Amino acid sequence: MGLSSIAYDLGSGLNGPMSISHLSSPRQQLAFSAKSCSRACITVRAADGNSGSMRAPPSTVRASKLVTNAVAVKSETASIAATKSGHELLLFEALREGLEEEMERDPRVCVLGEDVGHYGGSYKVTKGLAEKFGDLRVLDTPIAENSFTGMAVGAAMTGLRPIVEGMNMGFLLLAYNQISNNCGMLHYTSGGQFTIPVVIRGPGGVGRQLGAEHSQRLESYFQSVPGLQMVACSTPYNAKGLMKAAIRSENPVILCEHVLLYNLKERIPDEEYVCCLERAELVRPGKDVTILTYSRMRHHVLQAAKSLINKGYDPEIIDIISLKPFDLHTIGNSIKKTHKVLIVEECMRTGGIGASLRASIMDNFWDYLDAPIMCLSSQDVPTPYAGTLEEATVVQPPQIVKAIKQLCG
Amino acid sequence: MYRKMVTLQVMDTIFYDAQRQGRISFYVTTIGEEAINIGSAAALNATDVVFSQYREPGVLMWRGFTLQQFANQCYGNEYDLGKGRQMPVHYGSNELNYLTVSSPIATQVPQAVGAAYGLKMDKKDACAVTYFGDGGTSEGDFHAGMNFAAVLGAPVLFICRNNGWAISTPTSEQFRSDGVAIKGQAYGVRSIRVDGNDALAVYFAVKNARKMAVEEFRPILIEALTYRVGHHSTSDDSSKYRSVDEIEYWRTRRDPVARLRMFLQSNRWWDDENEDLLRQDLRTQMMSVLHNAESKKKPGLSNLFEDVYDVIPQNLKEQEQETQAIVGKYPKDYPSDVPLD
Repeated sequence: MGLSSIAYDLGSGLNGPMSISHLSSPRQQLAFSAKSCSRACITVRAADGNSGSMRAPPSTVRASKLVTNAVAVKSETASIAATKSGHELLLFEALREGLEEEMERDPRVCVLGEDVGHYGGSYKVTKGLAEKFGDLRVLDTPIAENSFTGMAVGAAMTGLRPIVEGMNMGFLLLAYNQISNNCGMLHYTSGGQFTIPVVIRGPGGVGRQLGAEHSQRLESYFQSVPGLQMVACSTPYNAKGLMKAAIRSENPVILCEHVLLYNLKERIPDEEYVCCLERAELVRPGKDVTILTYSRMRHHVLQAAKSLINKGYDPEIIDIISLKPFDLHTIGNSIKKTHKVLIVEECMRTGGIGASLRASIMDNFWDYLDAPIMCLSSQDVPTPYAGTLEEATVVQPPQIVKAIKQLCG
Repeated sequence: MYRKMVTLQVMDTIFYDAQRQGRISFYVTTIGEEAINIGSAAALNATDVVFSQYREPGVLMWRGFTLQQFANQCYGNEYDLGKGRQMPVHYGSNELNYLTVSSPIATQVPQAVGAAYGLKMDKKDACAVTYFGDGGTSEGDFHAGMNFAAVLGAPVLFICRNNGWAISTPTSEQFRSDGVAIKGQAYGVRSIRVDGNDALAVYFAVKNARKMAVEEFRPILIEALTYRVGHHSTSDDSSKYRSVDEIEYWRTRRDPVARLRMFLQSNRWWDDENEDLLRQDLRTQMMSVLHNAESKKKPGLSNLFEDVYDVIPQNLKEQEQETQAIVGKYPKDYPSDVPLD
């Protein structure tokens, strides 16, 4: 079918301009690999670690390690940095690992979506799960997004913990009725009698010439719906952690993935860990300016940072992770230190995450700002098909460098 | 069963009048459809999960929701299980397996299929039941829900109250198919059409359908033909689009409650005296229940912010504090019966 062939092409053609092999630490290798989707996956059984804890602490950077590198080495768990343990995998495999672990842990967890069963999902996130858990727990649905999202809501209200996979986030616009009118609402309107612990996930964002309908950034549309939580993953580490946290949460959670990040490789811990849904990730500490970003733009920011650091700037980079609600604690602490903010997002200018974040920052941290908050976003246009035009709609590293120069002088 | 039908009828009449008098803000009656409500409810088990549209309070009534609870929800007072967050008639009770009513049409249909999917996985001796009107069968959710249920082999009952009208749209303008039962056939779902005003027919149809659904893991569609005697809701005046004669005819000559009454009386199981006593008693109960509900406090302001999430997040806490501060500062501009806590 049409869309699946696109998915395959994406898998094998990702070694273009996005290779970032700047990190020298053996533990942290972020490299896009040109692997096809049928690559054998490395599934390492997680050892029993933190099993009861829902709040494994993910991310404060150890400042002392960062001096010699252009971009800071992020050590999520210091103990792992010391040894070479952990296992390497791609982001889509990390998602699958998280999903599989949760399905093993809790028999109520199930997956619904188009082609998630034997086909393994368009981006192979559910590959192998149908064989392992059966057809009913990994359910192939007919093509009716509003309805299978409705099914998930109904199943969640009566005791299951479903994960809905949208083949592409843009298709979930068809499910908007169920998500807004029911998913976000029924816990409230039933007086707390019914909970809706669903996870709605799927790839969004601008890909490689997928066309306007397949390049939607739904985070803008969902951010206003009360009752929903929304997170965006950007690395294999946080992808797995957020998947697990989202499944364990009692609230409906939207997990935004990005089409171009599925083949991102990273070494993640063997032990079980869960990320916090409401906490932002401090990617690189600094003192000149706070750069807030999420999803794929994190990687563009990191690339720009190389250039910025060479020019003598010291940016503090925060991956906001939690799009709803914002982690104003982490963001605020950063702003109090740097007094300048640049938001880099892939959303459209109007009504995007950046727009809301700006408003939140102004409400809360106005007194700490030395300059107007800058925001780099995509233009308010449907994403064109032509590669050159498409690239112009996404914020690129040179733009980020220019913006920082403007902001910091 | 008959008593419950009468109770439903009396409740509807009195609550409707209460709305007209300004005592409650909104109401939706079930007049003319009592047989479907009670007949189907009686044929289900207490563990069957119900996803209703909004014209099925009889099902909740059958399961034990008290008149006081109905009134509390309509008044949105502190005893309302929904904590005052929904419009009147949007009842819900976790305990009685009746999911909180959500107004958008037919959204409950795929949800019921989802619940049935869960029941099938757990191998429970229960089914999911969903109700909707003739208008609901035009929604995309209805079609996909039926399709899914058939493909999945989900134990769900689709009960369509074909009452002839979707607000002002008659069925002749709603679909051109031969009613709703044929739509089930198209999806491979066993369907049956029953006289929705014959309580016993509805009872037996649902009873058998339930058995098939649960034992054979298949969905069943039941089209119950009836007539919406009342207006769509208290915001509607149906005489604007249909003749008063038509309404009167169905209200008097085709009343399902009267029909069952005649059947019972002809078998000497009921008589006029019982009837009068029952209605009298119900009216008194109803009035006191309304009065009771009216006098109760409304839920406190904190209920505005709770249950949006499982744990109240920081931004909502801030918004709550702001709101409390404003209401505290200008109490005259806000309702006096809403406690600040």
